[in-house]
Amino acid sequence: MLLKYTLALISILILFTTSLFVGVGELNISGYLNGSHEQELIMLASRLPRSFAVVLTGSALAIVGVIMQKVAHNKFVEPTTAGTMDSAALGILVASILMPQSSLMAKMLVATGFSLVGSWVFLRILKHLPITNPLLVPLVGIMLGGVIGSVAGFIAYEADLIQYLSIWISGDFSGILRGRYEMLWLTFGLSIGAYLIADQLTIIGMGKNISLNLGLNYRAITSLGLIIVSMVTAIIVATVGMIPFIGLIIPNLVNRFVGDDLRQALPIIAYVGGCLTLLCDIAGRLIIFPYEVPVSTIVGVTGSLAFIFLLLKRDTNV
Amino acid sequence: MIEIKNLSKSLGNKQVLKDIAFNLPKGGISSIIGPNGAGKSTLLCLMARLLSLDSGSVAFDGLDIAKTRDDTLAKKISILTQSNAISSRLSVEQLVMFGRFPHHRGRPRLADEEFVTIMLELMELTDIRFDFIDELSGGQQQRAFIAMILAQDTDYILLDEPLNNLDMKHARNIMKTLKDVADNMNKTIILVIHDINFAAHYSDYFIGLKQGEIIVRGDVDTVLTQSQIKLIYDIDVSINIINNKKHIFYYS
Repeated sequence: MLLKYTLALISILILFTTSLFVGVGELNISGYLNGSHEQELIMLASRLPRSFAVVLTGSALAIVGVIMQKVAHNKFVEPTTAGTMDSAALGILVASILMPQSSLMAKMLVATGFSLVGSWVFLRILKHLPITNPLLVPLVGIMLGGVIGSVAGFIAYEADLIQYLSIWISGDFSGILRGRYEMLWLTFGLSIGAYLIADQLTIIGMGKNISLNLGLNYRAITSLGLIIVSMVTAIIVATVGMIPFIGLIIPNLVNRFVGDDLRQALPIIAYVGGCLTLLCDIAGRLIIFPYEVPVSTIVGVTGSLAFIFLLLKRDTNV
Repeated sequence: MIEIKNLSKSLGNKQVLKDIAFNLPKGGISSIIGPNGAGKSTLLCLMARLLSLDSGSVAFDGLDIAKTRDDTLAKKISILTQSNAISSRLSVEQLVMFGRFPHHRGRPRLADEEFVTIMLELMELTDIRFDFIDELSGGQQQRAFIAMILAQDTDYILLDEPLNNLDMKHARNIMKTLKDVADNMNKTIILVIHDINFAAHYSDYFIGLKQGEIIVRGDVDTVLTQSQIKLIYDIDVSINIINNKKHIFYYS
């Protein structure tokens, strides 16, 4: 057990350190330790914030993915396949048009409201779908996201904000600098909040009847879960941009080995989410060095392959 | 004591239960019997507040289910519904521990763990307690769910078709266990059950339901007669006494 923890700690430290020293600006360990001012600036203003942002984003996305799966009783949903991400992007767009002077925090709150409504609409639609076909659920979610996304696209076109919209839609860590990512730490707090209701979330994942039998307020826990999902999504869309599949792949991967009891699984999901996103971001920085491939592209390609694999391999219990 | 007063329920345009009223004393096993669509499961769900009442009231030991907090009721009554197509990947032990949730509220203590161990033993699940339930057979899953409900340790236990998917051996063992739990741990167990001979063998009390109405209730001698069964199920049966228990022969 101790060995596992040590190995886990060492691997994320290696990834994190690698992430600190990969980039166009010249930064090497010896130079940094010699106290070069310029190198210190690169480290503190860019590399360190970026690496933290990657880990925070990856783990938070993986956690909200599994919450969404519990709430919707479907293993194939996550914020990008439930209309949540697109709603958040629409929210930020609307906030930017209606109250351009407001702080990022205020815009984020508006986006949270939008993604709450979007996820709620998604859950309402789910009630009318036949439960016999679980694959229909993410498809409908993707369509809903498409509809909301195209509304956002139209508004952005009319308001000449297409460029901004594309920043929110395609997740990328290259713009992360000190002073522009700190809001992501909020997702850390929200993840801890999710851990505090881990048992409750696991129970609502077992269905409405069992939840009621165990004396749980099904609606309250569902709403709480959706609020966490919406806030995290809004924060990530506002700071980094949309990143698909992390919330889908990581929980399904971890679930194979440790099961669905979130008290046990949630920390592991967060850990694996952080590590794999770091790996994808490092890869994105190296593939066409000195240029960058956005992390959403890397994750999109590897994630969709993993998604197809999951679909083909899936057994009867979805 | 369970008190049910003029309870009615409609689902869609159809009135499923009409003016149901009865009292059940504490203790023993009661079986709700009746043909398909008689409203048995609906009655059980209404009693356990899984569905809302259109009219009437249900009270357990004076606790009105409409006015009592859900977490209080979860320590008073438990219910296992018929279909538990569960998508969660939990081990048998984890599932049974969730039955203790109303007591530990997320912080299992040693007493909870001991309780779970006893229930796993009782339901013959000890060997597979670390297996994931989504990899078990239907019968093993059913036993795991019953263990979870028993772990909840409530005074009233409502089970909808508990023998679903069970083989002869496990069906008998579970009925024996339920009887044992009812008699020795002073629980009141209410079953919806189709196997009339299991009901005849183990039940203390019967409620015969047809088209949303109670048409007969009472002990085995009152309810399990040729004429009453004809009334409930619309078939002719012969009744034999085997080992001092009624055996209803309805196969031909």
